[in-house]
Amino acid sequence: MTQNRPWIPYLLILPSVAFLALLFVVPLVQTIWLALSDNGAPSLANAERMVTDINFTRSVRNTFLLTIVVVPVQIAIALAMGTMVSKVGRGRETILWIWTIPLGISDLAAGLVWLSILQNTGYFNSLLFSLGVIGRQASWLSYQTPIALFIAIAVAEIWRGTAIVMVIIVAGLNQVPKEFKEAAEIFGAGPWTRFWRITLPLIRPALQSALILRTVLAFEVFAVVYALGGRNFPVLVGEAYNWQNQNQNYSVAAVYAVLIMIISLAATLIYLKALKVDPERLP
Amino acid sequence: MKRIVSLTILASTVLAFASPVLAQTVFVSTQLRPIEEATVVRQDLLKDAGKVDYVVEEPPQFAVRMEAEAQAGKHTVSLVGALHGELSPLADRGQLEPLDELAKKLAAGGMPQSVLDLGKLGKPTQQYIPWMQATYVMAAKKEALQYLPKGADINALTYDQLIEWGRNMQAATGQPQIGFPAGPKGLMARYFQGYFYPSFTGGVVRTFKNADAAAGWEKLKALWAYVTPNSTNYDFMQEPLASGEVMVAWDHVARLKNAISAAPDDYVVFPAPAGPKGRGYMPVLAGLAIPKGAPDTAGATKVIETLTTQKTQLLTASKVGFFPTLNVQLPPDLDKGVALLAGAVTKTQGSKDAVISLLPVGLGDKGGEFNKVYMDAFQRIVLQNEPVADVLVKQGATMAKLMTDTKAPCWAPDAKSDGACPVQ
Repeated sequence: MTQNRPWIPYLLILPSVAFLALLFVVPLVQTIWLALSDNGAPSLANAERMVTDINFTRSVRNTFLLTIVVVPVQIAIALAMGTMVSKVGRGRETILWIWTIPLGISDLAAGLVWLSILQNTGYFNSLLFSLGVIGRQASWLSYQTPIALFIAIAVAEIWRGTAIVMVIIVAGLNQVPKEFKEAAEIFGAGPWTRFWRITLPLIRPALQSALILRTVLAFEVFAVVYALGGRNFPVLVGEAYNWQNQNQNYSVAAVYAVLIMIISLAATLIYLKALKVDPERLP
Repeated sequence: MKRIVSLTILASTVLAFASPVLAQTVFVSTQLRPIEEATVVRQDLLKDAGKVDYVVEEPPQFAVRMEAEAQAGKHTVSLVGALHGELSPLADRGQLEPLDELAKKLAAGGMPQSVLDLGKLGKPTQQYIPWMQATYVMAAKKEALQYLPKGADINALTYDQLIEWGRNMQAATGQPQIGFPAGPKGLMARYFQGYFYPSFTGGVVRTFKNADAAAGWEKLKALWAYVTPNSTNYDFMQEPLASGEVMVAWDHVARLKNAISAAPDDYVVFPAPAGPKGRGYMPVLAGLAIPKGAPDTAGATKVIETLTTQKTQLLTASKVGFFPTLNVQLPPDLDKGVALLAGAVTKTQGSKDAVISLLPVGLGDKGGEFNKVYMDAFQRIVLQNEPVADVLVKQGATMAKLMTDTKAPCWAPDAKSDGACPVQ
């Protein structure tokens, strides 16, 4: 039927295209203009303002450091969890359900949960005190303990963000045909070899999606850091929020937004190139 | 049939959303936001003000909403209640209705002219009606008093005495016991503008980078050795005070109130310390204003009149801890915590060396960036230990640019200026 009326597919996708254009492209263009103009004329003054700000270098460094540490750990944990759960027969659904609980918790709530654990009067200090490790309240989240603060934020992020990676990887693992593994087993391949040579290459599309999703989200990390680190641990989105909300300078906030977008796009492109997926395996 | 049902649902939904807007005066406020305080406003303070829909909004969202309504030309808000500094950008853009009639009535009814004049925001007409006021004080647990240096009068502390007090407390307890609200939502910037700078330099903008300021920052670094490093996470000092994380704290009265009202016998409340140029302090003023194009000016006027009666003003003080703008005596049966706070406010205002620091006028929407100049200086000098002189030169240049951009003239305690306030 579509042969007679070739415009039908276009008509059908028109609403979604129009919707995206209206609610995504228009604000995007406005944001870029807001970032690159000053009093109605094109200008780099806002970008200069951003780069020379005291928190700019720190926020770039913190955001990248967090991404570099958090994403590989999450992928490794998710792979391990996915592989383990694939061996489980009964109760598999329950285990998956429990593992995905952090997915249902909002970022800020997750941050507050970890804050109640790690703050001075929190559960962690109570535990250490009852074990006799510390004699009085120790602070983990202050500007004087940057390493503890970084570890705390990384742990909270790993706790919160691993579930989504695991869901994607479990979906990928489900698609790996059993026959391949059985054949390899017959030819004497050990579990490690089977994992490296068969499973990993076959779940490459899932891995690619998971990496892109997680990395982009890691560059946009905000609420957990805001709850735990406040102004002690500036990150890019946090700075955009500060410029918009506290300093009421929408232009500098817009430059941050554009910068975050460029970084996310670049990361996505790198993954698409680096983890090339055979076009025939695309959905 | 199905169609009729869905039409009925649609119609009732529309009515449900439309009717309160039509029938009630919408009052948007950035003050008294916490649910307990908002309930007091709805149930007690606005009881005699007719049908009012009291809506609270965070300050940034408030600015966005007012701008959006002005741009769209579709007004739902009839009355706004906000801080002096939040109303100033609206007045700058000519979005507020002049309220001179009302101001005249209130002047006759006992509101001091000096307070009313602040509501003009430097313009010829009355932009807002002063609603309630507050300030910042220090609070300490009574058990901290034993460490107070010998001969020190808690109501006339100096910075040197505060430092010594902090040192004594740290020596005795093993932990820094002084706290400041330097967290992301704390009011630390006000400490610099209303307390630190006036006390050490006698100015706020003019004296930003002079030798007195440099000496003051050195003193603050000395004090900071006895300030808990968690201060950069604190937004409201009532929480660390109540949980026992700190013994001594500086903050806005409304942000200390919960801890002190809950256990008034455990605390002393006293003025902030004095520096070489006196005891700086900053009054906080919230005002009521009617936006241009408001759908219900008459209702809004009635609300303003209700909130500025003597009875409501006293009720406001005892229920939420903001003090009257009318010239009235606080009743003796006031909430004990509020009475303690009020006592400290009176002591601050009455102290011989008081240096009043007025609210900035003419910064428009640059108030946030003005705060950032002080907070950046604080972060670099105190937290990152950068050389004081370098930081002051760099931040001073940012300040000078901000002042030339906004053309804001100097305000007290700085000496008056022709044109933009200079950084000397």
